[in-house]
Amino acid sequence: MADRKVCILGGGMSKWGVREASIVDMAQEAAKDCFDDVPVLKKEDVDGLLFASSYCGRRSFQVNAAPVIAERIGIKPTSMCTRVDTLCAGGSSGIILATGLIKAGMADIMIVIGGEKLYTPQRWETYYSELASIDHDWDGAQGIGLPPPFFSMTAQEHMKRYGTTKEQLSAVSVKNRRNGLNNPKGHFQKAVSLEEVMASRPIAPPLGLLDCTPVTDGCAAVILTHEDKAKELSDRPLVYVRGTAQVALHSMSMNWPGEDLTDWVHLRTAAKKAYERARVSPDDIDVAQTHDCFTISEIIEMEDLGFCKKGEGGPFVESGKSDFGGKIPVNTDGGLLACGHPFGGTGIRQAREIVYQLQGRAIGQVEGAKIGLTHNLSGLNVEHTILIYGREP
Amino acid sequence: MGFENFGTVSFTTEAKAAEFITYLEQGKVMATRCPKCGVSYFPPKADCPSCLSGEVEWFEVKGKGKLATYTIVNYGPSGFENDAPYILALGEFEGGIQIMSRLSKDIAPSDIKAGMSLVVSSLKRPDGRISYEFKKG
Ligand SMILES: [Zn+2]
Repeated sequence: MADRKVCILGGGMSKWGVREASIVDMAQEAAKDCFDDVPVLKKEDVDGLLFASSYCGRRSFQVNAAPVIAERIGIKPTSMCTRVDTLCAGGSSGIILATGLIKAGMADIMIVIGGEKLYTPQRWETYYSELASIDHDWDGAQGIGLPPPFFSMTAQEHMKRYGTTKEQLSAVSVKNRRNGLNNPKGHFQKAVSLEEVMASRPIAPPLGLLDCTPVTDGCAAVILTHEDKAKELSDRPLVYVRGTAQVALHSMSMNWPGEDLTDWVHLRTAAKKAYERARVSPDDIDVAQTHDCFTISEIIEMEDLGFCKKGEGGPFVESGKSDFGGKIPVNTDGGLLACGHPFGGTGIRQAREIVYQLQGRAIGQVEGAKIGLTHNLSGLNVEHTILIYGREP
Repeated sequence: MGFENFGTVSFTTEAKAAEFITYLEQGKVMATRCPKCGVSYFPPKADCPSCLSGEVEWFEVKGKGKLATYTIVNYGPSGFENDAPYILALGEFEGGIQIMSRLSKDIAPSDIKAGMSLVVSSLKRPDGRISYEFKKG
């Protein structure tokens, strides 16, 4: 059998924010929103479930969560029903795995759900648990548990090496919070001014509170199937998974693979592979959702994804080239800075937004978008994951 | 002894690289080197990640390194509240060894700059726990 072409049919989200709901409750809300988005599909026909979540074992005391969620959403998987953990890239990993299974004919219709319940009734535990996400024996023992210090060092090096300014960092937050204004599912619907971002409470200078993604509860879901089935189930334009890559070169801060912390060689490698596999170049991308966990991240991503030259990410965002009407609109639904970041949910939220964009039905629509890209960095910047979607296979 | 007394908060008490702690108690910060493929590792590895051989040699991280970058941590993770603020730094040492650790509180903030000379040394904390830290080189 020749490889089948794989499409994303639609997507949904639970409300993201500080939620009084369990991980299973939110997975169900996301699945319902997703099923509602593909009304012709009978959910009984979904034969596989992947659930992307890193913390459901620790913070929800629920391991082997996939069958629990399958029961809760009323499906009986017969091809695959399992959990995926790649921290911040878990959702994207799930979509890549589902694509492979469907392509190979091992599954026909899969739902990929992802998300986290990060707030625990005992709030100290929320921050203690963060330490499980790094090489905790060594990096953790030094107190590098929470990510801001690491990205603060990255930002300082970028400022020193390329002259990036605090205004340029802040511009990312202003843009993404503005993009999130009309996205009812995100964590924040409130614009922030450049002055507010610049003056926000220092977390790890130069990063202030408004340079950082918040801690967020929530889930998202997408449904994938092969091209023939997609044509049966939807009248909307088809959106194909064109090319993917996931690159891991190291796992702890001390073994950083680049020349310095601004040199994201693993991202460049992932981008090269994904562009090759999708048979496109950076100039072909019409809209992108990149991992703005911190403002500095989006600036470096513009460079290492090839949207601008190395070192020019600061001026690129400041001059509006990554905004609506610019060279490439980035984080059109608000990104992590406005939507929040329930780790396993993020890649799926990004995919949902790209599907809406390529089908011409996004809240903030990029006119005529035909090729879209999603990107995650995960952990303490140890892995980069990219998916490229297109209206053509 | 194992890692139970290592760092501000310990996570792993049993690991094959526990000799690291024995040396640290003697005031030595040690790395491992694989005699088969010649690669050095910090943090030390009891088995070589490159050729997977279990015959590694221990050696002390001596000499002067260079401060690559640093950051001030104002909000520590749970368990580190009493340490904050502290300065985390990345130091580069001979043989391609990089170490992420804290800068000693003895270093005046005005003296800290990227490129400054560092040594890594063992640390006995007032609460009796052990770790390592950077001092001026
Ligand atoms: Zn070896």
